[in-house]
Amino acid sequence: MLKTFKKGGIHPPENKLSAKKKIVSLPIPTAVAILISQHLGAPAKILVEKGQVVKTGQLIARGEGFVSGNIHASVSGKVSKIEDIYDVSGYKRQAIFIDTTEDIWAEDIVTDSSVTREIRLNVQEIIDKILSAGIVGLGGATFPAHVKLTVPRGKKAEFLVINGVECEPYLTADHALMLEKGEEIIVGIQLLKLALNVNKAYLGIENNKPDAIACMKKLASAHQGIEVHSLQVKYPQGGEKQLIKAITDREVPSGGLPVDVGVVAFNVGTVFAVYEAVQKNKPLIERVVTISGKHVKNPANFRVRIGTPVSALIDAAGGMPEDTGKIIMGGPMMGKAIVSTDIPVVKGTSGILLMPEVESLRRNMKPCVRCAKCIFVCPMGLEPYLLLSLSQHNNFDRMEMEHIMDCIECGSCSYTCPANRPILDFIRLGKSSVGKIIRTRKKQ
Amino acid sequence: MGTVILYTIISLSILGAVAAIVLYFVAQRFKVFEDPRIELVEAELPAANCGGCGYAGCHNLAETLVKSESFDGLFCPVGGNEVMSKIASILGRESITLDTKVAVLRCHGTCEFRPHVNKYDGASSCAIVSALYSGETGCTYGCHGFGDCVTACSFGALSMDTYTGLPVVDEQKCTACGTCVKVCPKNLFELRKRLKGDKKIYVACRNEDKGGIARKNCSVACIGCGKCLKVCAYDAITLNNNLAFIDSFKCKLCRKCVSECPTQSIIETGFPVRKEKTQAATDENIVTV
Repeated sequence: MLKTFKKGGIHPPENKLSAKKKIVSLPIPTAVAILISQHLGAPAKILVEKGQVVKTGQLIARGEGFVSGNIHASVSGKVSKIEDIYDVSGYKRQAIFIDTTEDIWAEDIVTDSSVTREIRLNVQEIIDKILSAGIVGLGGATFPAHVKLTVPRGKKAEFLVINGVECEPYLTADHALMLEKGEEIIVGIQLLKLALNVNKAYLGIENNKPDAIACMKKLASAHQGIEVHSLQVKYPQGGEKQLIKAITDREVPSGGLPVDVGVVAFNVGTVFAVYEAVQKNKPLIERVVTISGKHVKNPANFRVRIGTPVSALIDAAGGMPEDTGKIIMGGPMMGKAIVSTDIPVVKGTSGILLMPEVESLRRNMKPCVRCAKCIFVCPMGLEPYLLLSLSQHNNFDRMEMEHIMDCIECGSCSYTCPANRPILDFIRLGKSSVGKIIRTRKKQ
Repeated sequence: MGTVILYTIISLSILGAVAAIVLYFVAQRFKVFEDPRIELVEAELPAANCGGCGYAGCHNLAETLVKSESFDGLFCPVGGNEVMSKIASILGRESITLDTKVAVLRCHGTCEFRPHVNKYDGASSCAIVSALYSGETGCTYGCHGFGDCVTACSFGALSMDTYTGLPVVDEQKCTACGTCVKVCPKNLFELRKRLKGDKKIYVACRNEDKGGIARKNCSVACIGCGKCLKVCAYDAITLNNNLAFIDSFKCKLCRKCVSECPTQSIIETGFPVRKEKTQAATDENIVTV
C-alpha cells in the first residue's frame, strides 16, 4: 500500500504532456524585467540605477524584510529603466528592466557543469550562502529558504522532507529536474541535512513518475539517511502539510508551522538551487519552467532566466494556439490567469499553461444543493460550502471559528462542486479579511 | 371526571398566581433603569439600522446621544437636520445643522471610453475581482461594474446602468449613509455636499497614473495636467498624485474648470444645457450621470 494523506483529495486528469521532454535552455532574451518582489515579504530594496551596467549574477536588490530575499541580475547588460509592470497578481509592481548585452558572469560564480560533491563549508556558511543567493521556495509559495533553515529556539528539526510530488496536472519541471540533475539534488539534500543538523531526509515522489523514482532511489542508495518514498497519486499531495502527513504521519497543528512537528520541507527545485548557490556560488537567476497546454505545438521544459517575458516562452513552444482562452501562470489548480504576455517569469513560476477556451471558461453557477462533496475532498477537513456563505455575509468571527485560516487554497472544493460555485474565490476573500482582523488584534 | 378538571384548574391557578408574585418581586429587585428618553430618541430615528452614523444601529446611536454631553461627532445622515433638531428638542439641547450630502461615483469610464482588454468570468463580486487582479480594463482604478454597491445600499438609491456598466445614484433616495463608500473596493464613491438645486461639479476619475498611461487606458481619465487648478478662482481644486479633486465645500459652481478640462473628466450635473454647446454638454450620457 503506497503512502498518501488521509483526508480528502481529488484526482484531476494528469495531462503531463511534457513529461518525456528534456530541459532546454531558452535563449537569453534581448530585455528582461526583474520584479523586486519575488518573495513572500516586503519588496527588496533596489541597489542599481538607470544606466548602470550589471553582470549576470550581480546583486541588484537586497531583501531587507524578515521574509524577503535578495534579487540578482539574471542577464548582463544595462539597466534601461526602473518602472512598474504587471505581475501575476494582476497589478503593477516595480521592476528593474535590463537590456541584454553579451553574457558576462560575475567573477566568483563557477560556471562549469561538473558535479561538486565535496562539502567544505560549515553550517553558518551554508546558510549565509543560501541567504545571499536569494533562494526562495520554488514550489510556488516563495518562502525564503534561509528563514526555514533558521529553526526557532525551543524547537528541533528531526526530519527533512523533500517535495518531488508535483501533483499539479500538466507541470513536469520538477520531474525533468530529478531525471537530469539527480546527483546535484542529492548533494543539495546533504547540504540541507547538514544545515539543519538532521539525520533523516525523505524524498516524496508520486508513483506516476516511475522513472524519477527509480533514478532517485538508485542515487540515494549510495548515501545514508536519504529515503525515497513512492506516493499514491492524489492532489494536493504537494501541499507541505499533506506531504508531511503522507510521509511521516505527523499532522502540522492548526496555525502552526511544519517545524512544530519537527519537520522542515523543501521543493526539489529549491534543493537544486541550494546546491548551485553553495557549491557553485550561483545565485537564483534561472529556473525550470514547464510550458504546456493541449493544443501547444511543443510542450516543453525550459531553463529560463528570471525576468524573461512569458511571450518568449510561448514563441519557443511553437506560438499561441488560436483557441487559447486563458494563459495560466502556475498549475491549473492553483495558478492564476494572467492579463498580459509581457509579464516576466519570477522565482515562483513553475509553469505557463495555454488553456483552450472551452476548457478554461467557468460554467454557470447554480444554488448549493448541500451534497457535501466539497467537505469530502477538502484536505484540511474544513467545510468549504459553509465558509463560502459566511464570506458572502461578512461573518468574520464565525469564519475564524471555522478555521478559515487553515485553508491552503488548493481549489479542490471549487473543482469538485457540481453546482460550479466559486467556493475558493469567496474563501480567499474571507481569508484576507480575517487575516487582517487577526493581525490588527495581535498588534494591540 | 368533573372533579379532576376542577382540581386541575384550581391547582394551576394557584401555581400561576404564586409564580406571578415571585416574578413581580424579582423584576422589581433586578430592574435595569433605562433612560426613558432613549426610547423617545430612537422613535425619531429612521430605524434603517444602516450604520451610517458609525454606531451599530439606531438604538445604539440613541443611547449614545442621550448619554453624551454634546452632539459632537453624532449625526444621523439619513434623518438629517430635521431629525436631529427633533432629537435636540427632546434632549433639551441646542440643535446643530450640518450640510447634507449625497454620494457621487468618481468614475465615468464607460465601455465606450475605457475599452476592455481582457474578460473576467469568475464570481460576480467587485471585492473578489479586485482581490484577483486590476480588472477588465487597462485602468487599475476604475469601476468594475459588478454592483457590490447596489447590493449593499439599503435605500435602493443605487442601480446598475446596463448600457454604461456603471452604477447610477438616485439623488432623491440617497441618504448619504456612506455604505457604498465603505463597500467599494476601489473607493470610488465620495459624499459631497448637496449644493443649490442639486448642482454638482466633480472630477469623475480616481486614476493616479501618469497622464499618458491614464489617457491610453481611458479617454476620459484625469491626466493631472492642472489646467483646472489655474482657472479656479476659489481655490477649490487640489492636485495630488496626478489626480485633481474639487472640494464641494469651496466650489461655487462657476463651471470654468469643466470647459477647461482637456479630457472631459470633470462632470457637471443639474445645470441647464449650455447655449454654446461643448462636447461634454452634448453627450447625454455624461450629463445624466
